[in-house]
This record gives sequence, structure tokens and C-alpha cells, in this order.
Amino acid sequence: MTDVERAQAQTAEAVAAPPRPQVVPLRGLPIVAAVVVFVIVSIAGNWLWALTFCHVVGGALWTAIDLFVGLIVGPILGRMSIAARAEFTARFMPKMVLLMPTLVLMTLAAGFQLAIKQGNLLPGNPNHAWLVASFCVVGVMAVIALGVLEPANITVLVEMRKQQPDGAVIALLMRRFIYTAGITGLMQVATLIIMTRVATQ
Amino acid sequence: MRRYPPVAPLTVCSLALIVIGGILMASYVPRQPPLTIPAALTAVSAVLVLTGVFLMSRLEQFAWPRFFLAFRWALLAYVISAGMIGFAFVHDHTRGAPLALVIVMLVIFALDVSLVIAFTVARYSSPPHSAY
Repeated sequence: MTDVERAQAQTAEAVAAPPRPQVVPLRGLPIVAAVVVFVIVSIAGNWLWALTFCHVVGGALWTAIDLFVGLIVGPILGRMSIAARAEFTARFMPKMVLLMPTLVLMTLAAGFQLAIKQGNLLPGNPNHAWLVASFCVVGVMAVIALGVLEPANITVLVEMRKQQPDGAVIALLMRRFIYTAGITGLMQVATLIIMTRVATQ
Repeated sequence: MRRYPPVAPLTVCSLALIVIGGILMASYVPRQPPLTIPAALTAVSAVLVLTGVFLMSRLEQFAWPRFFLAFRWALLAYVISAGMIGFAFVHDHTRGAPLALVIVMLVIFALDVSLVIAFTVARYSSPPHSAY
């Protein structure tokens, strides 16, 4: 039996018993909607406390989850058996599909407004260059997350919902997930350095 | 494994160009940004995504129903995201040509992300023995 055949057999076995994962957990949608409305109201009202809350809370969760998943969970996941990996993925990925885009939207939208409101984007401001650097870091993370990570994440979930999931496809896409999560985790270290500089200038 | 035209790489490159253009525009707020470079990046990005769509349209035995299902929902999600970014620019008094360019960039952004998600989902749902 080749590695691919073994992976297929293990994955099919692992996903045969547990319930098929829901690609988007519908129960989470009202929470996402509430967060989006809160951010819009904060921006529309130039509400300093709410903007700071959204930026700090969203940013802290985004950074911490990226670091934890990229540098702790990812390598562990890579060493787990295909069957265990499939079962973990079926429960973990649907939550990430809703959680991460919401945190990113909340952090970036509120952060941009804060930067404008506090004059940090004005050319003479000492924070201007640091903020442009943070835009670049976020830009790289956005392309990786939206162009590679999220399509892989959703495809794995769709594959797992099939009657006979293809283990080779899941293994291939999970490898992509593990590598890209590691890269975005490392990029978050740059974000931490930039944001602590901005806060202390 | 079946070979596919480079729809995903083209779309991701298109997304990267839009992100670079967006960074250029955002770094000038609240001043009026120079539009030449962002407009050029947007034009190249549009060409890349259209090329991807053209290549995809020539595919035979592709999981089109699954593609459109994923595309619809992803588009809904990213239209909301793009709408929020657009709202922030309008709120920050971006007007005229810069606003028009931002809107075009946001449309391409929403299409890029939805396209790459839907294409990735559909390519792994398509029959493995069919040829491009």
C-alpha cells in the first residue's frame, strides 16, 4: 500500500464516523453580524473608545490566534496521524472560517480610523512610516490568508462532507494550511514590533 | 492529478496587485493620493483576473454547480467586507477619482477572493480523468 493509499484509507475511516462538518457554522453568523454593526457604528460616530476597543481586542486575538495556530498547533498537527488530523480539522476549521475574517475586519477597519483620527497618517508624524510598514505586513498576510489559506481551509471542509473524502486531497491542502499558518504567525511578530513602536513614539 | 490552467496563481497575483494599490492609496490618507501607479496596478490586476476567468470558461468537465455555489456565498461575504472598507473611505472624505478607483479596486478584490475560493473548491470536486 502506498503512502497516498494509506492516507486515503485512514482519512475515509476517520471521517466516516463523526458528523460531517458544517462549512460555515450558522450559529456564529449573528455574532459576526453584531460585530460588523458595532464596528460600522464606531466608525460612523467617530467613537474613540469603541474604535480603540475594536482595534486592541481584535488585534490581540488575531495576533495571538495566528501565533498559536502557526507556531504551536500547526507543527503538532503536522506530526499527528492523518486520521487524528482529519478529526481535529473537522471541528477546528469551521470556527476559523468565521472567526478570522471577522477579527481581521474589526482590527483593520478600526485601526485605520484610529490612525486618521489621531493624525498618525499625516506625513510629518513619526508614526507614519511605521504605519505604512504595518500596511505592508498586513498586505502580505492578506494575500496569503485570502489567496491560499482560506481556499484550502474551505476546500478541506467541502471534501470532508463528501460520502468518500479523498485523503490525498485533504493531506495536500492541510500541508498548505500548516505552512501558510506558520508564515502568517511569523509575520505577526513583525506586527507586534511595529505596533509597540507606534504606541510608544 | 488532473492539470488545470493557472487560474488560482493568476487570481492571487491580481489580488496582490490590488493590495499593493490599496496600500499606496491608504498611505496618502487624508491627502489626495497620486493615482497613476494605483490605476496602472488596478488595470493589470483586472487583466489578470479576466484572463483567469477566460481560461476557466474553457474548462470541460469542471464542477460548475459546486463552483457557483461556493462563488455565490464567498461573494456575499467579501462584498460585505469590501463594502465596509468602501464605507471607511467615504467616511474619511475620499471623493471623485480616488473614490472611483477605490470602488473598482474593491470590486476586483471581492471577485478575486470569491474566484480563488470557488475555483479551489471546484477543482478538487471535478472528475480526475477529464482533460483540459
